[in-house]
Amino acid sequence: MSSETKQILTTDGIPLEVSLKKAERKNKIKAFLLVAPLLFFLIITYVFPIGDMLFRSVDDKMVTQMLPKTFKAMETWDGQELPEEEVFAAFHEDFIKLVEDKREGKLSTQLNYTKNGFKSIIKKLRRKSKSFEEGNYKEQIMSVHKRWADVEYWRAIKRRAPEFTSQKYLKGMDMYVNEEGKIVSVEEDRRIHRVLWLRTLEIAFFVTVFCFLMAYPIAHLLATLPMKYSNLLMICVLLPFWTSLLVRTASWMILLQQQGIVNDFFVGIGLVADDNRPEMMYNKTGSYVAMTQILLPFMVLPLYSVMKTISPSLMRAGKSLGGTPFVAFWKVYFPLTIPGIGAGCLLVFILAIGYYITPALVGGASGTLISNQIAFHMKSTLDWSFASAMGLMLLSGVLVIYWLYNKIVGIDNIKLG
Amino acid sequence: MSVNKEFVKFENVDKSYDGKVLVVKNLQLDIAEGEFITMLGPSGSGKTTCLMMLAGFETPTNGEIYLGGKAISSIPPHKRGIGMVFQNYALFPHMTVYENLAFPLRVRKIPKDEADKKIDKALSMVSLQGFASRMPGQLSGGQQQRVAVARSLVFDPQLVLMDEPLGALDKNLRESMQYEIKHIHESIGVTVVYVTHDQSEALTMSNRIAVFNDGKVQQLSSPDELYEKPVNSFVAEFIGENNTFGGEVSDISDGKCKVKLANAEIIANPISVKGKGERTTVSLRPERALINPSTKMDNLHKGKIEEVIYHGDHTRVRINLLGNPEFILKVPNSSSNLDIKLGNEINIGWNSDDARALDPK
Repeated sequence: MSSETKQILTTDGIPLEVSLKKAERKNKIKAFLLVAPLLFFLIITYVFPIGDMLFRSVDDKMVTQMLPKTFKAMETWDGQELPEEEVFAAFHEDFIKLVEDKREGKLSTQLNYTKNGFKSIIKKLRRKSKSFEEGNYKEQIMSVHKRWADVEYWRAIKRRAPEFTSQKYLKGMDMYVNEEGKIVSVEEDRRIHRVLWLRTLEIAFFVTVFCFLMAYPIAHLLATLPMKYSNLLMICVLLPFWTSLLVRTASWMILLQQQGIVNDFFVGIGLVADDNRPEMMYNKTGSYVAMTQILLPFMVLPLYSVMKTISPSLMRAGKSLGGTPFVAFWKVYFPLTIPGIGAGCLLVFILAIGYYITPALVGGASGTLISNQIAFHMKSTLDWSFASAMGLMLLSGVLVIYWLYNKIVGIDNIKLG
Repeated sequence: MSVNKEFVKFENVDKSYDGKVLVVKNLQLDIAEGEFITMLGPSGSGKTTCLMMLAGFETPTNGEIYLGGKAISSIPPHKRGIGMVFQNYALFPHMTVYENLAFPLRVRKIPKDEADKKIDKALSMVSLQGFASRMPGQLSGGQQQRVAVARSLVFDPQLVLMDEPLGALDKNLRESMQYEIKHIHESIGVTVVYVTHDQSEALTMSNRIAVFNDGKVQQLSSPDELYEKPVNSFVAEFIGENNTFGGEVSDISDGKCKVKLANAEIIANPISVKGKGERTTVSLRPERALINPSTKMDNLHKGKIEEVIYHGDHTRVRINLLGNPEFILKVPNSSSNLDIKLGNEINIGWNSDDARALDPK
C-alpha cells in the first residue's frame, strides 16, 4: 500500500514526476521552435490578411472622419424633414476643410456608393462654395443643386455616420438599407450578385459531379492496373497538373473557339453545319469543360489513394458469397470508397467555388463566377471593402459546406492520401 | 446413400497466364463429396491457381472443371454457390459481424428470421456468440478468421474453398484453429478444398492431400501414405524430414534392390526403379533408422556422430553415414542409455522396406 503512494525519486533525489515534466518541457519547447517559423508564416500570410479583410469589409470610418461636425450636428435630426441650419453649417465647415486637403473627391466616391448622384453635386458644390457668403448656409447649399434640397440625400449622408456598417454584405446579397432603415432587396433588374452566387454554386456543383463521374473509373483503373500501366496512366493524370493553369486554359480556348479544333471536328464529321458552329466558349459550357479538366486530378488522387487500400479479395469475397458483380460493387466496394469520394468532392467543390482565372478567360459574360466579381472590385472599382465582404461571404459559404459535410458524412471519414 | 466420388472433377485442366508458361499442367483431380482435401505445395506450384479456377476467378486455358457433374467454366463466381475463405479473411470492414454473415443470405433473398437463425448457428459453430454487433476491426486475428469461416458456411454451400486461411496467425492459434476447422468439417460434412504450403497443417487436417509441384499433382493420397510411402523424391523431400542416398541400382530381385553408393552398398525397396544401372535416390525417414538395433535389420552401417541437438521430447543426431554428412536421426529421450556423444562411432540399422528407391534428384 505504502509503496504505491510513496513518491518515486530518481537517482539524484529529485521526484520522478518533476524531472519527467522537466524533460518533457524541453521537448515541447523544441517541438514548438520547430513549428514556429511555419506558425509565424501562417499568422502573417493567412490569419492577418483574413482579419484585415474582415475589418475592411465592415469598416466605415472614412466618411465618419471626413464629416465629424456634420454627424455631430445630425445626432438630433430625426430624418423626416430637411435638417436645420446648424447641420448645413457643420457640413459646410467639414467640406471646406476637405476641399483644402483635396479630399472631397474621396467623399463623393464614398457617398456615391450609398446613393447615386452625389458625384456631380459635390463637384458643383466645390465650385460654388468658393463664392459662399458667411451665414445661412442652408439656403446657399440648397441653391447649388436641387438634390441638395432633397431630404433623401441628407438621409443618405446620415446613414454613413456609424463607424461600422453591414451595407457591403447587404450589397453582396443585392440588398440595402432603405430610407426607413429597413433591409430590402434592390429592384429585380439590378440584382447581379444573387445571380452570380447561384451560378457559382451551380457551376461548382456540376463541376464536382462531372469530376466525380470521370475520376471514379480512372481512379479504379489506376488502383487495379498492373504497376507498369498504372504508372503511365498516373503520369497522364498528373501531366496537366504540372502544366501552368494559364497554358491549360489557353489551350482550351484554342480547342473550343468557334473556329477551333473541336468545332472543326464537328463540322468535319457532319455533326453541325459550317455556318452554324455552336458557341462552346465565353459561356457556361466553356467554364464547365475547362474547370472539370483542370480540377480532375484533385478528384482522382484522393479516390486513388483510398481505392489502393481496398483489397481485391473483398470484391472476390462479395462475388463468391453470391453477390452479382454489381451487388458486390455497390455493397462492398463503393461504401469503402466513400472517404475518398468525400475528400475529392469537398476539395473540388471548394476549389471550384473560388475559381478565377479559368472562368475569367473562357467563361465570358454568362460563365463568370463570384470570384471574378471580387477581382473586378479589387482592380477596377477599387471598392476593396466590398471585395473583402464578398470574399468573406465566400469563405463563410465554404465553412458552411464544410460544416454540413461534417454533419452528414463526418470529417474524420475523409481521406486525402 | 452412395457418396459421389467425383463431386469435383478437374479434367485435363491447363492454365497459363501469359501464353508461354503453363502454371497448371494437364490436371486430373477427383474430389469426393464430404472430403477434406488439401492442395499442398511450394509457392508458385499452381495450387492457388487451381483454387481460383474452382472458385471462378480464373478460367482454365484448356480442359473443364465439373461440380456435381456439371461443367462450371461458364458459370460466373456468384452463381457457383461455393463458400470461400480468403488468405487475409476479406471481411467487409464497413459491416458488423452480423452484416458480414447476412450478406450471402441477403443476396439470396432469405427471409430475415430464417437468416437470423442461420447466422446464430454459424456464429455458435465458431463459438463467437455475442460478437454479432462488433466491427471486424475490433476483433483479433483469430476471431476474424472464425468470422470468415462462419461467413463461408452460413449459406450452407456444398463446397468450401480455403486459401491459406491460417497463414497470418501465430503458431499456437494456428494449431488450435486447425483442429477447430477439422471439427467443423467433421460435424457438418461439407466438402472442403484447402490450400496451404504448411505440411503439418495439411497432415493434421486432411482426408487426402494433393502435393503440387511445377503445375502438376505429384501425389494424391492420405496423409499417412503420403508420409510413409512417397512416390517420388519431391514428395519425400517436401513432406517431413528425409535422409537421402544417391546411387545406382546394381541388382534388383524379389521386390528388393541393391543400390551402389560411392563406397558402399545398401538394400532398398524399389519404387520407381525398374532395372539395373538406373540412377536412384534412396529415401529414408529419420525415425526408421535405429541406433544399435536389437532386432535383425538388413541394413547395418557404422557412422560418426557429428552433431547432437536437444529438442525436448527427442534428440536430433546428425551423423556422417556412408558418405552422407547430413544423415539425421531422431532419438526419443527415454532411451538415454544409448551412447550418443559427439564424435562416437555408432551402428545404424534400418529395414530395406523403409528405404525407398525413388527417382534420382
